[in-house]
Amino acid sequence: MLDWPILSTVTFLPLVGVLLILLTSGKEESSARNARWVALWTTLFTFVISLFIWINFDNGSAAFQFVEKGNWLGNNINYHMGVDGISMLFIILTTFLMPLCILASWEAITVRVREYMIAFLIMETLMIGVFCALDMVLFYLFFEAGLIPMFLIIGIWGGGQRVYASFKFFLYTLIGSVLMLVAMITMYFIAGTTDIPTLISYNFDPNLQLWLWLAFFASFAVKVPMWPVHTWLPDAHVQAPTAGSVILAGVLLKMGGYGFLRFSIPMFPDASVYFAPLVFALSVIAIIYTSLVALVQKDMKKLIAYSSVAHMGFITIGVFTFTQQGLEGGILQMISHGIVSGALFLCVGVIYDRLHTREIARYGGLVNRMPKYALIFLIFTMATIGLPGTSGFVGEFLILVGAYQVNTTVAFIATIGVILGAAYSLWLYRRVVFGELVKEDLKNIMDVGRRELLIFAPLIIVAFWIGIYPDPFLDVMHASVLNLMEHHDASLQAGQTLINASK
Amino acid sequence: MVLPDLSIALPEIFLAVTAMALLMIGAFRGNKSTSLISWLSVLAFVVTGVLVQIEAQTSVTAFGGLYRDDAFGIFMKTLCLGASAFAIIMSIDYNRREKLARFEFPILIVIATLGMMVMISANDLMSVYLGIELMSLSLYVTAAFKRDSVRSTEAGLKYFVLGALSSGMLLYGMSLIYGFTGTTNFDTLADLLAAGREGMDLGLLIGLVFLIAGLAFKVSAVPFHMWTPDVYEGVPTPVTSFFAAAPKVAAIALFLRVFISPFGEMVAQWQQIIVFISVASMILGAFAAINQKNIKRLMAYSSIGHIGYALVGLAAGTEEGVRGVLIYMAIYVVMNVGTFACILSMRHRDGMVEDISELAGLSKTQPYMAFAFLLFMFSLAGIPPLAGFFGKFYIFVAAINAGLIPLAVIGLVTSVVGAFYYLRIVKIIYFDDAAEGFEPSSRTQSVIMTASALFVGLFVLFPAPLLEGASAAAAVLFS
Repeated sequence: MLDWPILSTVTFLPLVGVLLILLTSGKEESSARNARWVALWTTLFTFVISLFIWINFDNGSAAFQFVEKGNWLGNNINYHMGVDGISMLFIILTTFLMPLCILASWEAITVRVREYMIAFLIMETLMIGVFCALDMVLFYLFFEAGLIPMFLIIGIWGGGQRVYASFKFFLYTLIGSVLMLVAMITMYFIAGTTDIPTLISYNFDPNLQLWLWLAFFASFAVKVPMWPVHTWLPDAHVQAPTAGSVILAGVLLKMGGYGFLRFSIPMFPDASVYFAPLVFALSVIAIIYTSLVALVQKDMKKLIAYSSVAHMGFITIGVFTFTQQGLEGGILQMISHGIVSGALFLCVGVIYDRLHTREIARYGGLVNRMPKYALIFLIFTMATIGLPGTSGFVGEFLILVGAYQVNTTVAFIATIGVILGAAYSLWLYRRVVFGELVKEDLKNIMDVGRRELLIFAPLIIVAFWIGIYPDPFLDVMHASVLNLMEHHDASLQAGQTLINASK
Repeated sequence: MVLPDLSIALPEIFLAVTAMALLMIGAFRGNKSTSLISWLSVLAFVVTGVLVQIEAQTSVTAFGGLYRDDAFGIFMKTLCLGASAFAIIMSIDYNRREKLARFEFPILIVIATLGMMVMISANDLMSVYLGIELMSLSLYVTAAFKRDSVRSTEAGLKYFVLGALSSGMLLYGMSLIYGFTGTTNFDTLADLLAAGREGMDLGLLIGLVFLIAGLAFKVSAVPFHMWTPDVYEGVPTPVTSFFAAAPKVAAIALFLRVFISPFGEMVAQWQQIIVFISVASMILGAFAAINQKNIKRLMAYSSIGHIGYALVGLAAGTEEGVRGVLIYMAIYVVMNVGTFACILSMRHRDGMVEDISELAGLSKTQPYMAFAFLLFMFSLAGIPPLAGFFGKFYIFVAAINAGLIPLAVIGLVTSVVGAFYYLRIVKIIYFDDAAEGFEPSSRTQSVIMTASALFVGLFVLFPAPLLEGASAAAAVLFS
């Protein structure tokens, strides 16, 4: 345990970078360069500091660690931060992806660089805050505030349809969130506090749970996103700049899954069991339907966006099996998807930077001119398919094991989704990388440079690390996941006794 | 005892005397003293503000029960005085540039503010009417202040005719209440209603409805909002910024005072009316603003919507609800002042512009003002961590605790619709290509913009003073 507030430090450190960028002035050119370097160093430094959370993390304890508490709004609404085995890895994921995003934007972003870097650093603070917050109002604050920088990132630095995409992203997410706010206020009214650990041990009336669960679901389902409220995602992904897509796929989507684990399951166990079939149904539809949709996409980013929806479908299945394998698989798959889909968007970014189109048909035969790129793209294509030895396999396997224990049909259909996933991923790879190099403008295309290799190297390492030796990641979760399951079973029994008693 | 009574009303007396003294200065020195008088009025507001603070902390009445001074009054008066002071400061540059620099303008605002303070402190239907009329008559004149402009005079006339009608309704309601209860004093009314109200139900109820109608006109709540867009658009911008803040605060204060204290017993009767008004205001405010092209008109609909949210807190009828309204109004005033400081900076070389499209690409030409505008828009939309979110949060906490969950859901859904048009402004400022840039905004405007932006952005870090002040003020109405 550390004696300084490490979570607040990590959360608000990026804001120091924002201040530094604001202080830099000068000509367009030099201030842009300064902004890039400041942002890079800030994010790297934040990443290093965040590693101390992991190093000092006590794997054996299911309790919240590094807890910080302070007065804030009064009336039992406090500034309360802390992490457990479920949230800790997401913080590391966020701080890990951020420097890579800054690097990926190094040359791609040329206009309003200062503002861009500021938006990303603020975004980092808000994302880390979401995973650290142990107070509902604080959580909501970080959760919602993230809309503002992301709206601007898509809207200012995005593609041709950026206005439509940014509005859709903002309003979709907002409508879900306000319903969650109603539920949060209701819980505050009933339990008299917004403290998350207290609320977890508070037993809400099973009938009320159904409504609260639905309200939270409205928010998280949009965020995950689950079918049929996923339509904002392809638009947002396609229009966002590369780094924006990485953050969207890598971290923002995980907030939905994290929300299920932090709120829906522990706080509303009865409702979660009641609605689990609904979640399964929606997830299965998402897996099959969006995989089929991904098959016919002509735009690379859109294809990967739809594949994200399918992969998130696996995660929601895993989480709602309430089995150890399912839950741990879900969390690990979220981490893995954060790495892999982020990397895939970066892969698209690499060739987009060169040709300024994402249309699949405009490419072909890249392997001839870009062998390194072909290898990198191949690794991540395999990882997204879930080839054993890559990160995608471990998570998917655990989820399917968990799902099989609960519902064989769901497990069966989800496995079909794996096959479809292989189909669209490999087909994309074939069309872009293999074949004859016949297109004129591809004949002079350059292979990945040093900066780009630097971005991909850590991603490749982590993708293999999770695939080959996932124990360090799983060990972190064990205690918290077991605790979550015990608590879940206990509250279910308590609810059952209540119902029996009232009969 | 005369002297203690006078000391209770000291801030009002001071303001009244100052207004007359300023009028004398103006009468002798003419329009060239406008800027002096403006700053002196601001100073008078500051002094009055201090006098308000050092008032007795306990609840006292004066002038035979016509007048009341308490923590609630202190909170609301401070808010009104601040809003009026900022309105005057913002008007100075504008009026000089538009050749409207007439010394009557700040004095009219001072007198209107005096009326608001009387409204806030009223403990009797008579003093309510006195305050409302003093305020309204000054407002009518300021509305038509730009007398060479057809739009401004039309707006003034429209405001006057409709305002007079609403005053009539108010008066009619008051006379009905008096007729059926035999008193106009709030304390007596409260005792009477607490003791039971056999035989006076119907007449009292009709009186109450007229009272609500009259007050709803003053806060421009649906269905008495028709004047708002036209007047906001027609009158000079500093006047709009004044209309949008201080009079609304005073009228909401009156709403709270009247319905919580004397008519608190009749919650069941007035609650559904308030719920309807608030739902209708929120919906209209959200949907009607979507297609507006004029920024002042858009702000008019936005203010209708915001009043709808504030009334949600009143509909709850609880101490928590009142506290929510107070917090909401305080934050609303700051957001409005800031937004209008931005709007007043929308100026080309050849004059002011009001079209939203003129804002295009502001982020490139004036990044600083653009960022302030962005903060205000997101705050008005109620996105955390900006101040506007906390205003809405406390309102909806109160509504849900009072069991008004459908109302809360409607409110939050309309706030999503509302977010659309605030986002549209952000989109024009940040996503669109740059149009012709504006002239640099004046120093006073920049200072006000910065101060409001800091409040809106940093409220999340230091919420305690406002929350505690509002709690103390709200507690008074329920003691």
